[in-house]
Amino acid sequence: MSISLQGTIGRGEFQRTLNFTIADGEVLAITGPNGSGKSTVIHTIAGLIPLRSGHVESDGAMWDAPDSKEWVSPENRTCAVVFQDLRLFPHMSVLSNVAYGLRTHGVNKDEAHSRSTSVLARVGLSSFEKRRPSELSGGERQRVALARALVVEPRVLLLDEPLSAVDVASRAALRELLPEVLGSFAGATILVTHDLGDVEAMAAANLGLN
Amino acid sequence: MKSQRSSLSLKILAFIAVIFVALPLLSIFVRVPWSDLRDMLSQQSTREALLISLQTSIIAALISCLFGVPLAWFLARSASRDLSALRVVCITPMVLPPVVGGIALLTAFGRQGIVGQYLYDWFNISLPFTRTAVVMAQVFVAMPFLVLAVEAAFRQSDWGLEDAARTMGASPSRVFFTIAIPAARPAIIAGVALAWARSLGEFGASITFAGSFPGRTQTLPMAVYELLSVDYRLSLVLSLVLVFISVGVLAAMRDRWMAGR
Repeated sequence: MSISLQGTIGRGEFQRTLNFTIADGEVLAITGPNGSGKSTVIHTIAGLIPLRSGHVESDGAMWDAPDSKEWVSPENRTCAVVFQDLRLFPHMSVLSNVAYGLRTHGVNKDEAHSRSTSVLARVGLSSFEKRRPSELSGGERQRVALARALVVEPRVLLLDEPLSAVDVASRAALRELLPEVLGSFAGATILVTHDLGDVEAMAAANLGLN
Repeated sequence: MKSQRSSLSLKILAFIAVIFVALPLLSIFVRVPWSDLRDMLSQQSTREALLISLQTSIIAALISCLFGVPLAWFLARSASRDLSALRVVCITPMVLPPVVGGIALLTAFGRQGIVGQYLYDWFNISLPFTRTAVVMAQVFVAMPFLVLAVEAAFRQSDWGLEDAARTMGASPSRVFFTIAIPAARPAIIAGVALAWARSLGEFGASITFAGSFPGRTQTLPMAVYELLSVDYRLSLVLSLVLVFISVGVLAAMRDRWMAGR
């Protein structure tokens, strides 16, 4: 079980050629300054941006291979994303946000809600189910985004700057929470960050983009 | 001193604009035979025209919503040039003289029409001069208003949320119903209200395609027009009803249109 990306992303001066493979249970950190194409890696694996050349492969299945015209659309890729700007659905409660991915995968409402509630508890958000994202602090929103990604038990977890949108106190708390949560996560994780402290906290292998 | 003078002249021009719009509306209020209002409103012909108007315009607004919202979605989400040509076609009825719209509908769906001849020959369906024709004319004229309002909302809404939903396993149609529609809901409500108001006031296309048959296809605006030469007072009363409904729509939508945004 693994995810690999071998190919070219971006255009012009943002063009990058990458080659990496991550196995289950491993965390790969992709670091680099702003504008170095870190987020593009995440969006490419998630299927929101097509590869220019090369391929994205997961467990032997081609997700994106422009040369052989193979393409798996985002909804059919077994990965989950924590976006840098979180992208919580503002018109839904915390519980509905987290349950959304389960419901799209055909899980019935009761089970989706009970699984979501237990994941919310794992990230320290018990009793937040009925609130709207707008009623939460930055750190709480970040946890909802994390719970939303974890609840579907993805094969690949894609974290785009998961600690950038929070204040210093929440950042410290999340740095403790993330390794703990990832410790019990069976799949492969890709962490995009500009902060080497995050890499250290997550004990991740580091792939630098310059 | 100079800027004060120019500000005064701007005020005068703006005042004239207000008076020009408000005076005719107020004149209806002044001249309406208030003492006979009840009797006139309870006349059968008045009630029939009002009912037909309400029935057809509500159906037209709902049909506009059913087909117009998906159309707005495709127009908003596609960067293709073909679709921008499609947009021009779809909103043309907004600027087309309504009577030309009525003739276009007759040419397409009349008994000799491009589609209408087959409807008649094969299924014995004749659309012109029926209540269905009234609804069709109203949809033709009103749907573009809804499409434009909703398309603007879809364009402004956050595409990132829709991408996020895709990565969570949502099919494009699920994204449409669970993310895009709720985000555009205020614009959809406003669009439906706008389409309804436009349908209610529709005259040119309807009278051309559906005719003005009392009790069958005659809507309030048609009744107002026909009464003008026969019973001016009654046409004033019906006009008053239409003014009230229009002002009612504006009042219901005041948060959107009157907040200066």
